[in-house]
Amino acid sequence: MSAPEPQNPSSADWHTDVFRILKSFDIQHVVYVPDAGHATTIRLAEDDNEINAVVLTTEEEGIGYLAGAWLGGERGVLLMQSSGVGNCINMLSLQASTRFPLLMLVTMRGDWAEVNGWQNPMGQATEQALKLMGVMTWRADERKDVAPLLRGAATMAFNGDAACALILGQRLIGEKQWVK
Amino acid sequence: MGQVSAPGQLDRREAVARLLANRKDLLVITGLGSPSYDAMAAGDHENNFYLWGAMGSAAMMGLGLAAARPKHSVLVITGDGEMLMGFGALATIALRRPANLTIAVLDNGHYAETGMQVSHTGRGISLDQVARTCGFAWTAEIRDMPGVDDLRARLTVHDGVKFACIKITADTPPRVLPPRDGVHVKNRFRAALGYGTI
Repeated sequence: MSAPEPQNPSSADWHTDVFRILKSFDIQHVVYVPDAGHATTIRLAEDDNEINAVVLTTEEEGIGYLAGAWLGGERGVLLMQSSGVGNCINMLSLQASTRFPLLMLVTMRGDWAEVNGWQNPMGQATEQALKLMGVMTWRADERKDVAPLLRGAATMAFNGDAACALILGQRLIGEKQWVK
Repeated sequence: MGQVSAPGQLDRREAVARLLANRKDLLVITGLGSPSYDAMAAGDHENNFYLWGAMGSAAMMGLGLAAARPKHSVLVITGDGEMLMGFGALATIALRRPANLTIAVLDNGHYAETGMQVSHTGRGISLDQVARTCGFAWTAEIRDMPGVDDLRARLTVHDGVKFACIKITADTPPRVLPPRDGVHVKNRFRAALGYGTI
């Protein structure tokens, strides 16, 4: 299902912005369920000897993992697609009850120019679902916004023991291309 | 699978107390419900983190902690129901191969906290066999105290990720409640490792 990236030439290098900023915040754990929009970050993390890149079977595993890493003194980030936010709802109570820094990057589906209508229900509920569970959210639809918004979200997560999510909109990521 | 294994005979409180005896700098995560009470009954400790919710997260918390503290031994103590809710974590953990992590499931085959309904393990699923299939370096089903002693000796030997299914009786000893303030327990745990608050 994953499309090649970058799909939108005008936003070709926001992907490397993401990894550079994560490194600048001393992120040592990148835990993820893959999505095409995260492919560059995942590849760079997997190739970085200073980063634990952890593939998950389901997104909520990442919340427990990052809570444990923080107990042990280290920082991480959870990468997922918008559908994964739905899988995380109850597990977000772990962050609300312990107040550990939880930084999440969410790539959108069911958001703009979506060709698979099955993505729409969760996509349309993603940001509200995060807010319902006490997560602060920011949204990037243009390349120029990715770096400052990620820097801001990470600052508030790690300085405020807060749950912070940067949502990467489907206009930024680009339309999913159907090859066949 | 196919056959339901014999019910456990170990007393959960005795098993956990034995597992945590002479624990030194062992780091412990406990799953919600009875495993948290069992660890508390064995003695509150600044190296304990007790879950009161987030069912299914105990093993993954152990993985994250073990990755961040590779020189420490990390023990997750949880129940069969909690482990079943985080079933996929067994696959994730097996891929990471954390040599300093042990997961010990107190398996009574029932959901003790909610009225003793029979769980998947009580109907025939062997979690240690699942862990073995996933690729855990060492797995065991433990049915007696010498088995618990053997497990305790292995906790500090960092030779591969371990999984033990400890077969306990399905009863509910009096609750011994650990602190419920998650922020406090988190900060206490981190302070013991030398980390301050924000």
